[in-house]
Amino acid sequence: MNLITGTVCMKGICGTLNKKEETEMELLSLSAVELSAAIREGKASAPEAMEAVLAQIDRTEEIYHCYVTIDRDGAMARARQAQCRIEAGELTGPLAGVPMAVKDNLCTEGMLTTCSSKILENFVPTYTAQAVRNLENAGAVLIGKTNMDEFAMGSTTETSCFGPTRNPRNPGYVPGGSSGGSAAAVAAGECFFALGSDTGGSIRQPAGYCGVVGMKPTYGTVSRYGLVAYGSSLDQIGPLTGNVSDCAAVLEAISSHDPKDSTSVERQDTDFTSALTADIAGMRIGIPKDYLREGLDQEVKAAVLRAAEALRERGAVVEEFDLGLVEYAIPAYYTIAAAEASSNLERFDGIKYGYRAPGDMGLHSMYKKTRSQGFGPEVKRRIMLGSFVLSSGYYDAYYLKALKVKAMIKKAFDQAFAGYDLILGPVAPTTAPRLGESLGDPIKMYLGDIYTISVNLAGLPGICVPCGRDRDGLPIGLQLIGDCFQEKKILRAAYTYEQAQYAECKE
Amino acid sequence: MAREYETVIGLEVHVELATRTKIFCGCSTAFGGRPNAHTCPVCTGMPGSLPVLNRRVLEYAVSVGLAMNCDITRNCKFDRKNYFYPDNPQNYQISQLYLPICQNGHIEIECPEGSKKIGIHEIHMEEDAGKLIHDTWEECTLVDYNRSGVPLIEIVTEPDMRSSQEVIAFLEKLRLIIQYLGASDCKLQEGSMRVDVNLSVREKGAPVYGTRTEMKNLNSFHAISRAIEGERNRQIDLLEEGEAIVQETRRWDDEKGCSYAMRSKEDAQDYRYFPDPDLVPIHISQEYLEGIRAGLPEFRTEKMARYKAEYDIPDYDIEIITGSKHMADLFEAAAAICGQPKKVSNWLMGETLRLLREQEMDPQDIRVSPEHLAALIVLVEKKEITGSVAKEVYEVMFAQNVDPIQYVEEKGLKTVNDESALCSVVEQVIAANPQSVSDYRSGKEKALGFLVGQTMKAMKGKADPVSVDRLLRELL
Repeated sequence: MNLITGTVCMKGICGTLNKKEETEMELLSLSAVELSAAIREGKASAPEAMEAVLAQIDRTEEIYHCYVTIDRDGAMARARQAQCRIEAGELTGPLAGVPMAVKDNLCTEGMLTTCSSKILENFVPTYTAQAVRNLENAGAVLIGKTNMDEFAMGSTTETSCFGPTRNPRNPGYVPGGSSGGSAAAVAAGECFFALGSDTGGSIRQPAGYCGVVGMKPTYGTVSRYGLVAYGSSLDQIGPLTGNVSDCAAVLEAISSHDPKDSTSVERQDTDFTSALTADIAGMRIGIPKDYLREGLDQEVKAAVLRAAEALRERGAVVEEFDLGLVEYAIPAYYTIAAAEASSNLERFDGIKYGYRAPGDMGLHSMYKKTRSQGFGPEVKRRIMLGSFVLSSGYYDAYYLKALKVKAMIKKAFDQAFAGYDLILGPVAPTTAPRLGESLGDPIKMYLGDIYTISVNLAGLPGICVPCGRDRDGLPIGLQLIGDCFQEKKILRAAYTYEQAQYAECKE
Repeated sequence: MAREYETVIGLEVHVELATRTKIFCGCSTAFGGRPNAHTCPVCTGMPGSLPVLNRRVLEYAVSVGLAMNCDITRNCKFDRKNYFYPDNPQNYQISQLYLPICQNGHIEIECPEGSKKIGIHEIHMEEDAGKLIHDTWEECTLVDYNRSGVPLIEIVTEPDMRSSQEVIAFLEKLRLIIQYLGASDCKLQEGSMRVDVNLSVREKGAPVYGTRTEMKNLNSFHAISRAIEGERNRQIDLLEEGEAIVQETRRWDDEKGCSYAMRSKEDAQDYRYFPDPDLVPIHISQEYLEGIRAGLPEFRTEKMARYKAEYDIPDYDIEIITGSKHMADLFEAAAAICGQPKKVSNWLMGETLRLLREQEMDPQDIRVSPEHLAALIVLVEKKEITGSVAKEVYEVMFAQNVDPIQYVEEKGLKTVNDESALCSVVEQVIAANPQSVSDYRSGKEKALGFLVGQTMKAMKGKADPVSVDRLLRELL
């Protein structure tokens, strides 16, 4: 079985195929980079690829509900346009002509952008997020917008006001979150790659649950302009892809210094595809002991340690070490993210755009009713938590203290990276939970973020690649974390591991 | 025995900075314009939009701070002030609470008892809000975000002022400094300068301050003076009656000459200030600071000293001219062009001040360009127009800044130096005024003056009065 490319296994459910369907299936089995090469070589076309994806959506979307918006006509028109530009020699990049999906918290001009929230159910932005624009400039073709936890608050995509997305590996399970729609769309072959956003693990964790590759870049690498903010100091946009090569290509395309984002960093080393060599000889990899302790599912632990072993076999030096402070990451994260969210979400007030509570009433009643009706329970919980930690008298005790913890966590990572090139661990303590199991116990859900959130607090890059399945056939995710701006090391190790997996499959 | 009270006043002054674009986006700050014409996703609080600091705002804020002897905060940050109101599109205002750009400064003012230092507690940068327009016809409220994101600095003083005179002296000095920097035009009526007065009274010699109130809606220096007197009396009356002062914000009604409570301290909101994560901390380097310092303009005191040394004009003129940066600029430029500072000064002190007074205008509203003023002086100098024509022309220049050379040409106002033409007019005047002629001939010099006047009138002022005088004497 191929662990890496989710699309391959989709063939099985389709029964007998006619000629057109056969061609479509062939296209769907390609990675994003392979597809673009085929299109540029004239073996396929961008409209054909889009048709194949839309046909796949017709087959499976009803089950998985990956999308909030599918812009069929627009997608086909854009695909035809891309084809013209490819034929005219204007588009030559590795993503030219490739159908993509974008998380619904990234603004797209003229296309509904809801954040899976009732309060933005009718919001159509007047501009496109810089990361999406970069991909469009690279020739990728937008299909539509993917489902997510409301305002990216949640770990299961169940807090969406449009209903949950289901895990394509097993529809009884959640796809993870908050970028669950994007991860599921990649896994289901409903797109060739997708964009997500990661504030506390929202790209990496759903990638792990759905068995795809997901990467959160170093804070500041991808412009946040046009990303509807959740926790501004932690949010970062990143790719969800079928394999590591696609991940590098997408990351390369979306990275840019953007003068419209003050936190955007000017980097020269964004030629990430150049890092795709299976050479990790001498690479020092540390596994935090705290990441393997109680709470970690035994099957997940075994899979992660097997992956570490595979890397060791390829020449890496792997050892366990004490990272420290791990237990403080969750409270610090939920304090900072909620504080920023409580302020970021104030603009949704029924005045300028989005939902407004019906009826004639005064300003303050309108505010209250609009926000009471417009936000779901998890968003309200975090707004209240955030407002509380910022209120006078509590600011020092909670918010400032959390900032101090954040700085200490960064320091702990700095120390770790003095000794190691990469940190390796699980992406989540378990595989995907069943639908409906998580929302009843928010604390338990928050604890599930333990391995991912410290990466956001420290602004580090991290990737999740599939590393096997549990007894129920649910994917297990391996996380590799690098020091700031060390995406290339991460990609090289992930690529090496992926190659090792392919080799194993062939055997 | 009547108790003696002392008034304690501190000010919060908002000044709109004269940048071309807004503080966090590239939209124009131009006044007027169709509602929401000068807006973008950033200044309308669209989801996903992000602020980027306009560097000019920082430069202005730092230069104002340096001019007011402040410490510049070398690592400063922006904070969010959270409150819900429709004029505030994000429902938070980006401002500075924890680390304002300037702190611990002072301005010296002149009082009857000599000079006095007024402390500047802090100066911080922030964004202005939009405007709500209540449509009483449609019974709805509309929002115009053209002003949303216009850069402001808020200057907060120490409670160092003791009278309305000191407050006005402080504000005039502050306004002049900012105008000299070119950081703002500081017009109270137009809202580019807004003053809130914090005032308390206490018995003379009391060790602690009394409870203060904050007065808003003060649209002129006159209103500020009246509001201070009014609030001082109101508080003293309350204290005399044994009542407590309530800490509250009050709104001054200048027409009625009294104030109303707007909101009390109990209604005060918790703004939940915290550092804005969308803006990076600002580090101010020594080089940056020195660059701003080197670029500071000559301020009034230095300018007065230089004028004294450079120009042969009276001290009083110097004081008036340097009292407005705009007038001083006009003076220097015009003097440089025509080389006659004294004449330029005379035009400013005479006709200009008269017209300003008549039209209740501020010196910074003078529209005459230095080139045109210099040209006018040259026209008179070359005797191409007479003094009275020049005044007439200047009135038009004052209203519309016309080019005097062109205007004189178009309207045919040049002095007539053609002897024969002038001769015939003089002859006509002599013929028409036999009584004055005989008076003059019988030795009444005064009668000649009348005849000169009549001739000038007939020439519509375009004759050279000296020539007229000579011709009359010759012909009589």
